[in-house]
Amino acid sequence: MFYVVLLFALLLIGNSIFMAQFTFQQEFQVLKDIALGSMSIFTSLLAVVATARLIPQDLEDRTIYTILAKPVPRFEYLLGKLAGVLLLLALSVIIMSTLFFIVLNVREQNVLSETLRQMHASPPDQMAEALGAIRASAFNVNLLPGIAIIYVKACLLAALTLFVSTFATTAMFTTVVMVFVYFIGHLQATARAYWLQTNAAGWITKAFLAFVTLLFPDLQLFNLVDDIVAGTVIPLALFVKTATLGFFYAGFYLLLAWSVFYRKEL
Amino acid sequence: MMRVFIVILGLALFGSARLPTEHAIATAHRQLHFCAVDFDSELREQIGQLGFIAALSGFRSLVADVLFVQAHVAWERTEWGRVLLLFRQVTTLQPRAILFWETAAWHMAWNASAAAMRDSTQPRLALRIKAQREYFQLGKDFLERGIRKNPDRPQLYEALARLYRDKYNDHEHAAEFFGKAADRPGAPSYAKRFAAYELSACRGREREAYDRLHALYAAGENERLPTLIRRLKDLEIKLAIPLDQRISDPVP
Repeated sequence: MFYVVLLFALLLIGNSIFMAQFTFQQEFQVLKDIALGSMSIFTSLLAVVATARLIPQDLEDRTIYTILAKPVPRFEYLLGKLAGVLLLLALSVIIMSTLFFIVLNVREQNVLSETLRQMHASPPDQMAEALGAIRASAFNVNLLPGIAIIYVKACLLAALTLFVSTFATTAMFTTVVMVFVYFIGHLQATARAYWLQTNAAGWITKAFLAFVTLLFPDLQLFNLVDDIVAGTVIPLALFVKTATLGFFYAGFYLLLAWSVFYRKEL
Repeated sequence: MMRVFIVILGLALFGSARLPTEHAIATAHRQLHFCAVDFDSELREQIGQLGFIAALSGFRSLVADVLFVQAHVAWERTEWGRVLLLFRQVTTLQPRAILFWETAAWHMAWNASAAAMRDSTQPRLALRIKAQREYFQLGKDFLERGIRKNPDRPQLYEALARLYRDKYNDHEHAAEFFGKAADRPGAPSYAKRFAAYELSACRGREREAYDRLHALYAAGENERLPTLIRRLKDLEIKLAIPLDQRISDPVP
């Protein structure tokens, strides 16, 4: 996690220095895009990599035998492992968000003081309008639900990785499978659209599209930040629905993981 | 083997259960113009295979930003063809980012058109003017496409009005688009005023312009700006408004 946060901080600071040559709107837009985009990549990556190692590592260290020899139900073992990863993800999202808001605020204050210096002779209403425009293009309260959805997506990926790791033999296999699942999950919406179209394709193609749609999660639904940064307001109902769907996914994958792990011979 | 079958069956059943919810959320996304990107072969040709996959995998805004930075560099080098190509890609990937449409239109209609007029390699004035007009058209095209993707936001209507006013000298259209901008939520306070200013420059619509400017004047002190008073005074003379109905402010 430390390296992820370090990389994120370097990316933010480097980006913010480089972007100083842009107008403030361009600078804030690119800063937000890069910060939230990299936050999404890093949390997804952390969710997969951290979870993929959990069970193989315990098997390798033989700690799993010590734990399961005690009266600890296997479901609790899995739940504990997943809870640990979710906590780690929450911590990394909080740290990355804090860093992002600090950098955004520093840049905003710089632009505000520069504007105040340049417009000191302007009428107060013009000055207020200019400062308002700067503030509006910097921090936006809609960024918060966007960040929350990034976390929900990471939770979903962590639960799915845990499920895959219950039948995988190595952490590498789990990671590779999850990379594929990640890409297929983002294409799932396209597959669903074609599948549900009445006269889109032959039955073999339709069967394949149905297979993709039913088996893989639709990760595109959790990509709200692109549009939030562009200024779109997320209605509360949509946010709640998306977050609920994400946690529902995570819960279901945990149950699936348990159903595989329940009778697994260790 | 049985367990694998049960797991796949469980996944499929879960898939069918969540399908209506996901479909409803996807419909809500479309209504809100989320991800209004056409991931087709044309876009793939434009941004390349790698960029296309990245855009499809949830890194759409990151790819758009990288291309935007490239467009900025191309602008610094005054490579106008490349600027146009890159901004077409950027706006295709991030159609909801107003800033990208505005910047693209500004580069085309203001910067590239000015560069075309000063092009020392083209000695014929007629061809330079033709090139300049083509860049105006490219800027207009960006704004019109941007408006189609963002019909609810005022900024692009305003930018198009400015383009009509400053580049085409078309006050009729400028008034129309300033008016449309003023009707959208979050429009700047001056949009309504600017629509009336432009209308006052349209032949045959002086009475309408006078009524609008007078309504703004009557709205309060904040609207009584020097330009508004000057235009009102001009229209009072042009329309031969009776002296007792004229505004009392001196000509600024």
